[in-house]
Amino acid sequence: MIPEIGIFALIIALLLCLFQGIFPLIGATRGIASWIILAKPLAKGQLIFVSIAFAALTWSFISNDFSVAYVVQNSNTKLPLMYRISGVWGSHEGSLLLWMLILSCWTAAVTVFSRSIPEEMIAKVLSVLGLVSTGFLLFILLTSNPFARQFPIPLDGRDLNPLLQDPGLAIHPPMLYIGYVGFAVPFAFAIAALISGRLDSAWARWSRPWTTLAWVFLTIGIALGSWWAYNELGWGGWWFWDPVENASFMPWLVGTALIHSLIATEKRGVFKAWTVLLAVFAFSLCLLGTFLVRSGVLTSVHAFATDPARGIFILIFLALVIGGSLSLYAWRAPTIRSSGEFDITSREVAILLNNILLVTSAITILLGTLYPLILDSLQLGKISVGPPYFNAVFVPLAIPTICLAGIGIYARWKTDQILRITKGLWLPFVFSLALGLILPSIGMGHYSITAALASVLGIWIISSATHNLWYRLYSYNHAWTPRNVSASIYGMALAHAGVGVLVIGIGFTSAYTVEKEVRMSINDEYVLNGYQYRFKGVSTRQGPNYTSLFGEISVLKNDQEITKLYPEKRTYLVQDNPMTEPGIDVGLFRDLYVVLGQPLENHQTWSIRIYHNTFVRWIWLGPLIMSLGGLLAALDARYRKVTLNPRTNSSNARRIEMN
Amino acid sequence: MTPRRKQRLIMTIALFVGAIVVIGFSLLALRENINLFFTPSEVNAGDAPPNTSFRMGGMVVSGSIKRIEGSLLVEFDLTDTAETVTVKYAGILPDLFGEGQGIVTQGQLLPDGTFEATQVLAKHDETYMPPEVEHALEKAQKMGF
Repeated sequence: MIPEIGIFALIIALLLCLFQGIFPLIGATRGIASWIILAKPLAKGQLIFVSIAFAALTWSFISNDFSVAYVVQNSNTKLPLMYRISGVWGSHEGSLLLWMLILSCWTAAVTVFSRSIPEEMIAKVLSVLGLVSTGFLLFILLTSNPFARQFPIPLDGRDLNPLLQDPGLAIHPPMLYIGYVGFAVPFAFAIAALISGRLDSAWARWSRPWTTLAWVFLTIGIALGSWWAYNELGWGGWWFWDPVENASFMPWLVGTALIHSLIATEKRGVFKAWTVLLAVFAFSLCLLGTFLVRSGVLTSVHAFATDPARGIFILIFLALVIGGSLSLYAWRAPTIRSSGEFDITSREVAILLNNILLVTSAITILLGTLYPLILDSLQLGKISVGPPYFNAVFVPLAIPTICLAGIGIYARWKTDQILRITKGLWLPFVFSLALGLILPSIGMGHYSITAALASVLGIWIISSATHNLWYRLYSYNHAWTPRNVSASIYGMALAHAGVGVLVIGIGFTSAYTVEKEVRMSINDEYVLNGYQYRFKGVSTRQGPNYTSLFGEISVLKNDQEITKLYPEKRTYLVQDNPMTEPGIDVGLFRDLYVVLGQPLENHQTWSIRIYHNTFVRWIWLGPLIMSLGGLLAALDARYRKVTLNPRTNSSNARRIEMN
Repeated sequence: MTPRRKQRLIMTIALFVGAIVVIGFSLLALRENINLFFTPSEVNAGDAPPNTSFRMGGMVVSGSIKRIEGSLLVEFDLTDTAETVTVKYAGILPDLFGEGQGIVTQGQLLPDGTFEATQVLAKHDETYMPPEVEHALEKAQKMGF
């Protein structure tokens, strides 16, 4: 009964979305007030019915309703409750439903936090979102029904994929999806603005908090995915340039470019057409990511069972979204006029360069990700593109981007002098060069050029962000009372500093991480980077739905025991899958990471992999700081100001100009 | 054209040239860093390049896994049901490595016709077959095995 309620709720939601996609749009263009006011109630109704469907599926999981095929495939009576709930998005159908729920939440959020925006504009935005929702609901109902029944009813389920039985996975997909789907909002704003032909700074200001918020969640989602892979896959790494990782990284890069170009569009009225294109591409890349992950064209940990119908549906959807937006763009673009003039030395140019670098990196990653697929579909042979390619193209593009990030924040809008900028810059420059070059020689085994480069760049971006903030607070009034700067300035400084932390983490991890595979018998000792790893043997343990072989390794430094590590090998009972759980000792400057390999001769000797991961925590600390900065910027009170008459509008603009 | 417009035009052209150069370089990097995929049949027919790293996929032959005492060396045979290639690997094998499993290895062909793997990939799902391996098996079947 409950699953049928879920299906009915989805069908009703589909009808509401269809209405939401058609009537407010026509109403707003033709000026029919009664159709415009339909938008908000329809959006809220959509959220209610999608929530009912999601609750129905969750209930089927919690109550072990094995008449539902999706529950059978992804749950089991022995599965702990937490994973029965997160199992809802453990596979294709349920994660699409989660996608849909999040899209409805974003849509409802637009209806609530849009008091400062004219009704016709919001009606158009909600219509575009309604059309996107219609596409996804059709996708769910036609190709991926999570409520499909199965007869005869099996006694128990096939269990959740053991890889997904991890707290990190319970939150990684929702965060990532909130980010992915969030880019539908700036997309809808861009399309609505194109439809009405009003691409002004007000439009950019409305889009900014939504874009930043989506970016915050995407950042957290990607970082969580990396953290999960590190904890769960036992490969000791944090980024593999896996096509699915790339699928989330490309919208992130374009989204970052969008955040910056929106600033220029809002404050100076420049790059309007470009900003619209970025908004379209950011969302298209999110859809492409979904296509790549869900269609099964990729060999990846994320690839679920293949169903060509799904791939074709998403491909058609993608073609409609990109094709439709670009045609609209081509029709409207000639009417877009950028108002601002600017010199070669100006913040506009810095932002333009930032955009070109970020978009170019996204394109090169897209090339490497799609190239094997294109060759394969043309029957030109099977190839794969590995990390060497991505490192070779991405790093040379990332370095100038980081250098620029420190310079751009000092540049003035419209026109500036190089001499004036360098006056502000020399202090962080000298500081980062000196400290950055010294840092790798402190406490590290050997001097590494990679680490030196990364620490110079990382400290450069942190110190310039800090110095610039201080400069903005104190420079003009010469008194010791800070000027009033908006929250978004603090957010910017914080987000930039987060990039610095990330860069330092990446540099030191790649330069100093050591990995060793060794044979160990009981009481054997192996010394790595001054830590003595003593193998104490392997015993067995019974988990709720798995049996575990766990090794005990005590770690000593100067013959003093500092910690014990318990790397595990779990065998999940239902799927009979072995799973490796590394034993990790976490530290701000180093992780000790031990993986149990295979038993060699007569179970007394094991192969064991030991990693000394230097600064690896900084890789997740950085994105955390970045997203805090983004959150601060997105919640800036300025965006919530109701600007109804032109006078408040212009005084607001003047205040922004000063920032 | 006003000087300002001219300046902007020059800048735009410069940026686009820059972008094209970057994409050109990345295409070059792509050519140098792709890993070709071969099936055991193709390897034994001599299609795979010598002294170059490539990928090979197939099923692990039952009963062929041999460990060398006192080291981490493993040897096993990989087959596409038509031909078989012996693979040597020093290190820890992935969890789902086992007899009859479809796996993908990366490495080089040695002069004696065995394959020295630097990486062994097995997927985390017992029913999941890497598309490359499936393709290799299909290819062998088409040849009449």
